[in-house]
Amino acid sequence: MDRRFAICGASTIGPDIVRLVVEAPRVAAHAQPGQFVIVRVNDHGERIPLTICDSDPEAGTITLVVQAVGSTTTQLNVMTIGEHLADVLGPLGTPTGIDRFGACVVVAGGVGTAIVLPVARALTRAGNRVTAIVGARNEDHLILLNEMRDATNEVIITTDDGSAGRHGLVTDALGTLLAEGDVDYVFTAGPIPMMQAVAGTTRDKRILTVASLNPLMVDGTGMCGGCRVTVGGESKFACIDGPDFDAHAVDFITLSKRNTAYLEFESCRFDEATEAIDA
Amino acid sequence: MPELTKRERMKMERTDMPMRDACDRATDFEEVNLGYTSAMAVLEASRCIECKRAVCIDGCPVGIRIDDFLRYVAEGDIASAAAVIHEDNLFPAICGRVCPQESQCEGACVLDKKGRPIAIGHLERFVADRERTRSLTEPPRLTPPTDRKVAVIGSGPAGLACAGDLAREGHAVTVFEALHELGGVLVYGIPEFRLPKEIVASEISRLEKRGVRFETDVLIGSGTTLEELTSEEGFDAVFIGTGAGLPRFPGIEGEELIGVYSANEFLTRVNLMKAHESESETPVYDLYGRSVVVIGGGNTAVDAARTSLRLGADPVKMLYRRSDSEMPARREEIEHAIEEGVEIRYLVAPTSFNGVDGWLESVTIQEMRLGEPDESGRARPEAIKGAFETIEAAVAIIAIGNSPNPVLTRSTPDLATTKWGTIEVDEGTGETSIPGVFAGGDITTGGATVILALGAGRKAAAAINEYLVS
Repeated sequence: MDRRFAICGASTIGPDIVRLVVEAPRVAAHAQPGQFVIVRVNDHGERIPLTICDSDPEAGTITLVVQAVGSTTTQLNVMTIGEHLADVLGPLGTPTGIDRFGACVVVAGGVGTAIVLPVARALTRAGNRVTAIVGARNEDHLILLNEMRDATNEVIITTDDGSAGRHGLVTDALGTLLAEGDVDYVFTAGPIPMMQAVAGTTRDKRILTVASLNPLMVDGTGMCGGCRVTVGGESKFACIDGPDFDAHAVDFITLSKRNTAYLEFESCRFDEATEAIDA
Repeated sequence: MPELTKRERMKMERTDMPMRDACDRATDFEEVNLGYTSAMAVLEASRCIECKRAVCIDGCPVGIRIDDFLRYVAEGDIASAAAVIHEDNLFPAICGRVCPQESQCEGACVLDKKGRPIAIGHLERFVADRERTRSLTEPPRLTPPTDRKVAVIGSGPAGLACAGDLAREGHAVTVFEALHELGGVLVYGIPEFRLPKEIVASEISRLEKRGVRFETDVLIGSGTTLEELTSEEGFDAVFIGTGAGLPRFPGIEGEELIGVYSANEFLTRVNLMKAHESESETPVYDLYGRSVVVIGGGNTAVDAARTSLRLGADPVKMLYRRSDSEMPARREEIEHAIEEGVEIRYLVAPTSFNGVDGWLESVTIQEMRLGEPDESGRARPEAIKGAFETIEAAVAIIAIGNSPNPVLTRSTPDLATTKWGTIEVDEGTGETSIPGVFAGGDITTGGATVILALGAGRKAAAAINEYLVS
């Protein structure tokens, strides 16, 4: 069989963050906001989920944004045009529910911006007024700002150290927006503590808040149940029932804990991958 | 061999399958059974008393002409034996290894009454292995290509069997597989020590030679829909063999703890992702010297327990809520598991998983007793009040069955399903509520056996062929 899944675009867009454009015509033809792919780099590789940031059905390509946080993502970070991924399966997961909600706020943290972007675009296309809050550790870690500005009515930037935008957390900015006026819908993706804080901020006002979850996965098709998350006291499979869930019902503490299951293994692998690339 | 009388044959002992020593084999993933030698096979086959009506055939879900193939083996004509088996079963090397013969052909064998049925499974395996390694039989002559295209969804036993038969009829068959490897449950579920992956790969390459196309990394129903296969990709018929792949959990406290696996996840990590091999990037919990509890009594539970042993777990306990005689796993596997050191506790069911700081530490179990038979005909286990016990467990593996995977059915509203989520089909043809769309295997029956899936795939292939030529 001809090798599939060629990399046809690779650019660094932040510290250890790359944007890859990958040939995957079946995925590109069907991808909807909120969906993801399972990727394997090579024959020994693990299967990891990555959100589809953008897709071009005509070119038959999808865009993935990858931050090097483990072995597989580190290998993805150094891939170049003309190389191939071993596998790209998708689009997977239930697409984000897009409706005419009214005033929408999308809240992105770090590389979660790549997950939020396609949702922001879809919300805008559906006739919503969309405000984006994009947060990061510092200015360097802010990504896809121009794309986000094009996709929304307004972009509010926050950084932990104040090196860009407002000094503070995304939830500070969200709190201000909620105090200023009506918000009908909130979508969030990013680090688990941030999503949990966003849910906490909108809970009292009962604003529909959706979080895109990132549990560990293996097959991504419902077969293994490794990605189960507790939502409203029930066990759900993030790969097929999600990855989007009502943020007010998600048990973020359990999710956060479950994601540490292989930390020791991963840190070994990460060191090996980094050494191999440095050598 | 001189002609034996029926009486003499009946006196002969069953020839045991040579196997690796339990201590050796429990530390690696090499196959447990070593296979018959030619002499053993001839000896074993010559025990057949050649019943006038071969009742063993009634016990075979695909109706292999067992009497004929045994006679050929007894005569030493392995090529003819292989040809006979191949008429009804495309994958004897697989079935010889994984069929529950004791409840099928061997259970029907007249000599079973004496506790010594002909080892039909071992002989099927012998013939298939000989045939595979020495290419004894001519590849089947293919019918000239038709201009009809068939999509097969899923490359497990049902899909492979269907694809094989349709290709033989000259149709252009494409098999879509969601995972990166072909074979479905044969590769992600059944461990290497029971079914070497090399055998699955060789059966698949045989289909490739027949012209079957395979496309991995496609989950029909998520992205490409079933409807698009016919409307846009030009397929004239579709076979759905997506299996029962959604693991069930018992719904008790603590299932979210780290250390609680579904058997599917555990076996996928090891069998498909090779997590136990050093070069694999996929992790699996370190089981070395740690206690593992497996919940369930089917083949998957036994596979998970024996795989845990091979990863160094100690002790490995299986918990089954009924008694020994109800246990659905193959008898041979249960015996092998016990020899290797798996402890089986009967009449117990878990009531909670207990952990500290998010990690599993123990399982609380309740003693059960058998009550009245339930709808499956097996005695219903009932809890014995107050009889609880807590046992240590670093890892618990849940193997209590699978529900049908809903991805395809959710995205195909016209496809009629039962209240259990399985696809409704015509018993005789496998046709679904959508004309030209057929289904078979676990997606229609719920979790069953490889051989039943193979049979359903073949039955549907015959119906699809009829549909295409009419």
